[in-house]
Formats: sequence, structure tokens, C-alpha cells
Amino acid sequence: MKVTLWGVRGSLATPGPETARYGGNTSCVGVVGRKGTMLVLDAGTGIRRLAASIPANVHRVDILLTHLHMDHIQGLGFFAPLYRPDFEVHIWGPGSATLGLQARLLRYLSPPLFPVHLSELSCKLVMHEVPAGVAEIGEFVVTSTLVCHPGPTVGYRIAEADGGVVAYLPDHEPALGTLTFPQLPRAWTSGAELASDADLLIHDGQYSASEYAGHCGWGHSSLDQTLAFGTFTEVKHLVPFHHDPGHSDDDLDRMTSQALDRSKPGYRVTSGIEGTTIEI
Amino acid sequence: MSTTKPIQVILARQLASSLAMPILLVDTEGTLIYYNEPAEAILNQRFEETGEIAAHTWSTLFALTDENRKPIPAQERPTMMALSQRRPFSRTVWMQCGLRDWKNMNITAFPLIGEGRQFLGAQMIFWEVEA
Repeated sequence: MKVTLWGVRGSLATPGPETARYGGNTSCVGVVGRKGTMLVLDAGTGIRRLAASIPANVHRVDILLTHLHMDHIQGLGFFAPLYRPDFEVHIWGPGSATLGLQARLLRYLSPPLFPVHLSELSCKLVMHEVPAGVAEIGEFVVTSTLVCHPGPTVGYRIAEADGGVVAYLPDHEPALGTLTFPQLPRAWTSGAELASDADLLIHDGQYSASEYAGHCGWGHSSLDQTLAFGTFTEVKHLVPFHHDPGHSDDDLDRMTSQALDRSKPGYRVTSGIEGTTIEI
Repeated sequence: MSTTKPIQVILARQLASSLAMPILLVDTEGTLIYYNEPAEAILNQRFEETGEIAAHTWSTLFALTDENRKPIPAQERPTMMALSQRRPFSRTVWMQCGLRDWKNMNITAFPLIGEGRQFLGAQMIFWEVEA
């Protein structure tokens, strides 16, 4: 499968010269299987450019939303296939204790926040509630479970038949409530099963270690915690993701270098940079 | 892959581990999957040493009687009531662990129910009744 990072920024789209190298679009990752099945992980602002890359012969896309915070759905209304009658769009995402996925999405995809109502979209739209255990989407087996982040939030584990595994946990605070991390076995660590032995882990690394102290409980991880989580779950390749909007390219270079020096992970680490394609 | 506990259960343990009240956490089968340090003092055991304890074992770790000192059958204990009826249950009891003195305790147990009405287990809090 091919994994392309179309948006790597967390919280808020951050265009500008100081973020041009890492990119300013919010969370969106494209995954294309060997048989052509196309998954879109989150619908941040990066999804607009992803849509332009879809081959003409593709008529179905599955969008896997981890949660419905704005930086993960803001691009949804600008996803061109939604307006094509020849297109089938499946949206997977979490409902809440009181509202289903569609009702929750309608809060954004309806006036006054958005001019077009969900019911006015031309495509064939299908909603799927998660966590859904294990689901098959084309050549992929997709596992979703709730993870530690404010509000209903899932992480995804995507396995290709006879192929690799990518785990996607863009907003995740597995260290919440622990004095040292990792402290507990995998069974007691949020997201550990999803990430276990993955070929590629795309994981929240929003803060520096010192910043995390002031943001404990906000649902994100420090780079050091992310690297520790990668070691703990024995992944082969880690992409720190969901960069804080306040971090410039130079900040990210420095923070990453310092965290790598401290952690010295025994696996490959590639900073999340918009436009990067990783083949598994 | 190991099986990770539901996030609600993980968070319940993390909360319990940072509280000074004795708290027990059981899964849907009644297995005692965690107890915090204050609860260790009541059970006279350390979680680090025992790990998870099967329902039929941990329920024998202490004796419970009602306020008239009449033994409470296992199926009528607050945790079992919370598990079987899936509703909060609270009662004042006399409790003895091992050969220690009897203590007058209030026990409150409540089920853990996630989104989609997913039943996850139950949590129990001990509160010593002031003499």
C-alpha cells in the first residue's frame, strides 16, 4: 500500500512561510491498496488536494474519521467527490452517547456553518458508526477502537491482505494519568493493540516534553512519549504527526532532533511532512 | 497482539490509581482486574503481586455481613448486584478481611456502561462509616 500525507498539522490550518516545509494543512492521509482501494484518514484541510489526485477510474472512497474535532473534518465539505453523482463515499466515524455519526456531522455540514446541507450532496453517501471492531474495506482489514482523547475518538489499524500494517492515531494521549510512560503493560495502554508491531505508525506528537506538562489532559502526546510508544509497541517506522500550529519548521527540526537524541529509538522515524509518500 | 482493555476501563484504573479512596475494578465476568493502593490495605494484598483475581477467589478475601451481622450471600454483594442488574447499588455492611477487626463500611458499586450501551464491568468504592 501507498500512504501519502496530505495534511500533518494539528488543531488549526497553519499556512505561512514559517511552516512551508512541513506543511500547514490539518490531518489527512491517503492510503491506496495494491488493488486500488482508496482510504482517506481524516478530513482535515489536506483533503482538498487529495481529492484532486484521485484517478479517473476510482468511484468509491472510504473516509475514516478518528473523531469530529474541527481540524479533522473541516475539509469534508470541500471534498470534490461528494458532489459527483457517479461517486460512492463511505464515511466511518464515531457517534456519541446521544447522537449518531450523521447527526453529529450535520452540526457542521449545514447552515450557518456550511452552505450545503448533507442531504444536498450528489454522491451516494453511506455512514458507518465506529468503533466497529473489524471491518473489511476492499483489500483492507480495518480495526477501530476508542483511544484516549477528549470525546469519542478512535484509532485505526489498517492491514492489507498479505501486506503491511499501518496504524493511525493522530490525536492520542496514552500517557494520561501515568507518572512515567510507558508504565503499564500493553493491555492497559491506550492504543497499544492497534499499533502493535505495525509497519508504519502515524502518531500524535504535538508537544515538546516541557509543553506537555502544561497541556496534560488535552488529548495529545509529547514527541518523547510518541517515541516511547513506538518502542513500546515495537513498530518498524514512526511518523510523528499533528504538529502544533505554534511550531515553525525550525522548531520542529530542533524538537525532533532533541527528542531523537534523548530516545535513540531502534526503529525508523520520519517527521510528518506534507506531500510525503511512504510505500509499505 | 495483546488485547487492550476498553479505554473507559483504562481511564477508570488511571483515575482510581490517583485517588485516596479504596477502589476495586471488575470486568464483565466479575474478575477483579485492578485495585488501588488504598484498597490493598483493605484486601491485605498488593495488586503488583496478585495481578487479576478471578471472581470466585476475590469474593472470598473478605467476609461481609449486613448491619444485623447476618452474612450477605455472594450474589447479593454490591458488586455482583451492579454486574447482574447493571445499576448502581449501595449498602452499609460489616466487613472483615482475614483475622482483622470488623469494620463498618459503606460499599457503593456502579456499572461501567460505554457508548452504545456497551457493558464494560463495574467499579466499587469502600467508605468507612464514622463511629
